[in-house]
Amino acid sequence: MLVMRSLSKVYRTHLVETHALRDFNLTVRDGEFVAVTGPSGSGKTTFLNIAGLLEEFTGGEYHLDSVDVRGLDDNARSRLRNEKIGFIFQGFNLIPDLNLFDNVDVPLRYRGLKSAERKKRIEHALTRVGLASRMRHYPAELSGGQQQRVAIARALAGEPKILLADEPTGNLDSLMARGVMELLEEINQQGTTIIMVTHDPEPAARAHRNVHIIDGQVTDLAGAPPLRNATEALVANG
Amino acid sequence: MLGYYFWLAARSLRRNAILTALMIAAIALGIGASMTSLTVLRAMSGNPLAHKDDVVRRPQVDNWAPARGWNQNDPNDLPNLFTYQDAKAFYDAQKAKYQAIMFPNVLSVEPANREVKPYMATVLFTHGDMFPMFDIPFLHGGGWSKAQDDGNARVAVLSRATSEKLFGAEDPIGRTVRLGGEDFAVVGVMNYWDPRPHFYEVSSGGFQTAEEIYLPFNLGIERELNSSANNNCWQDPGQGYEAWLASDCVWLAYWLELESASDADEYKAFIDAYVTEQKKLGRFPRPLNNQFHTVSSWLEGQRVVSRDVRTQAWMSAAFLIVCLINTIGLLLAKFMARASEIGLRRAVGASKRQIFAQYLTEAGVVGVAGALIGLVVTAGGLAGLRLLYGEDGGATGLLARLDTTMVIVTALVAIAASIAAGLYPTWRACGITPATQLKSN
Repeated sequence: MLVMRSLSKVYRTHLVETHALRDFNLTVRDGEFVAVTGPSGSGKTTFLNIAGLLEEFTGGEYHLDSVDVRGLDDNARSRLRNEKIGFIFQGFNLIPDLNLFDNVDVPLRYRGLKSAERKKRIEHALTRVGLASRMRHYPAELSGGQQQRVAIARALAGEPKILLADEPTGNLDSLMARGVMELLEEINQQGTTIIMVTHDPEPAARAHRNVHIIDGQVTDLAGAPPLRNATEALVANG
Repeated sequence: MLGYYFWLAARSLRRNAILTALMIAAIALGIGASMTSLTVLRAMSGNPLAHKDDVVRRPQVDNWAPARGWNQNDPNDLPNLFTYQDAKAFYDAQKAKYQAIMFPNVLSVEPANREVKPYMATVLFTHGDMFPMFDIPFLHGGGWSKAQDDGNARVAVLSRATSEKLFGAEDPIGRTVRLGGEDFAVVGVMNYWDPRPHFYEVSSGGFQTAEEIYLPFNLGIERELNSSANNNCWQDPGQGYEAWLASDCVWLAYWLELESASDADEYKAFIDAYVTEQKKLGRFPRPLNNQFHTVSSWLEGQRVVSRDVRTQAWMSAAFLIVCLINTIGLLLAKFMARASEIGLRRAVGASKRQIFAQYLTEAGVVGVAGALIGLVVTAGGLAGLRLLYGEDGGATGLLARLDTTMVIVTALVAIAASIAAGLYPTWRACGITPATQLKSN
């Protein structure tokens, strides 16, 4: 699903050069639930941004679902983001003046789907996160946990191959955090690959595999689970 | 997607109504001020004979004083009227397709209809060639012939308003009208002809209304009239009308229409030859400097549009720019406040081009609203000018009217201006790095 080889990312200013990622190698197989951990400034967020095609990388290779993303223009990257990636952010990033239905609709609009198809997907996604009855409500009328569920519904509505979650429980109390993690586990069990960046050891422990990043490099690849089925084995990077 | 962008724009603009109102007001005021000035400038700058600009001509010759030119500050600014003898010489030569000498005056009108009181009407004494030369439209009848000119026929062409005043809605051709104590046969009624500027006689201003009655030129001479507009002399013309006609006083307008534009050089050579000949007779003491204007160069040379009007237009254009800069600032603030939303949209699949289109649509909606209100402000500004100057009190009041073209121009300028104002904020919005915004939210 995701293969990064010798990836590097250098931030340059006229005064200083910062190596956020260096010789970064990671393979995430189809259907995996990977937690990415590491201290502040280790490069977790840079990794997630590059994985999500939100930032360019300086060197190395990155293949997403067998697509070599190097050299893709903005349109192609945007299309790839829209079709293959779902994002879940720590701050939920819902648009405050759109109701839940319209918030979940945002990625589908850029997909160019017909109105009826969008409606079906939105209702399905909101049902899946348990908020179908509140689709005309606005984000401010929901709790933090509910807002994060809407963000998950928004990610799911596009039927992505991979979910990238950046501290998805970081702004939630433990009860809500547990609910969100259960939802992510359920989504993963249904076949969606999840990469989750977190500081918190508790959600990290629920992932199949932990990847630890220090100084822009992967230091630990322990905990890889057995593949679920033969199909995954075929598409997994080897 | 365009429908989605409009929907988002409407929501966004409703969300912050005060900011939206400020942006629309800035555009509307800028548009209103600039289009008000531009409307007046455009009306003043018009060329009623633009379609014949290459063939309808106005000669100018310099018969002024040897020591002191017509305009001491500009040797190329020549007398803007003709002497009788020069105009008549040009007319008599019949070198052009059409030619006409003209001057305005007033005559008393004694209506046959006793319900209409006698009144003084403005009259243009002219040759019959003027009607086809100036493409004057007729409601009834037409102009008069050269034979009628030469025979001093008592014929008259009436403006439509005069015809309706004297004869009501009926066709008056064949009826007589009593002017200055004499009967004239009505041969034609014009169908609303009132060119702006009043290009053919600008010596007393370029924006008076067209005359009410048109009579053969020779009848004005027969009545020993001079111009009610301007009569200028650089030396004493002497006593009596014969002396007046033989003098170097200028008071007549002379226009001609060439068969084709290629005849211009030949006609100019004719004028030069005439003036050279006259020099031998002791006239035209100043250097040979004849001019042969088109209608447009004539209007330009006569400064029909005053410098004040041009300055006013530039000032209001500058005001529009200030308003647009204000709008740019407001749009920038509005768009940048939505940086996290832009970041989110980019993350879920919007390309830079789509973000650009979305925000430019929003700027366009502001522009359309600004255009509509700007039109109202423009109409209000023009109404104010009419009130201030009076519709009969001067060119500005007379011309301060919004026509269809200016309505369209105003709307297009407003939309173009707001899109121009929206370009920079939109470009900045597109440049937002999604990763930064998503993390910082």
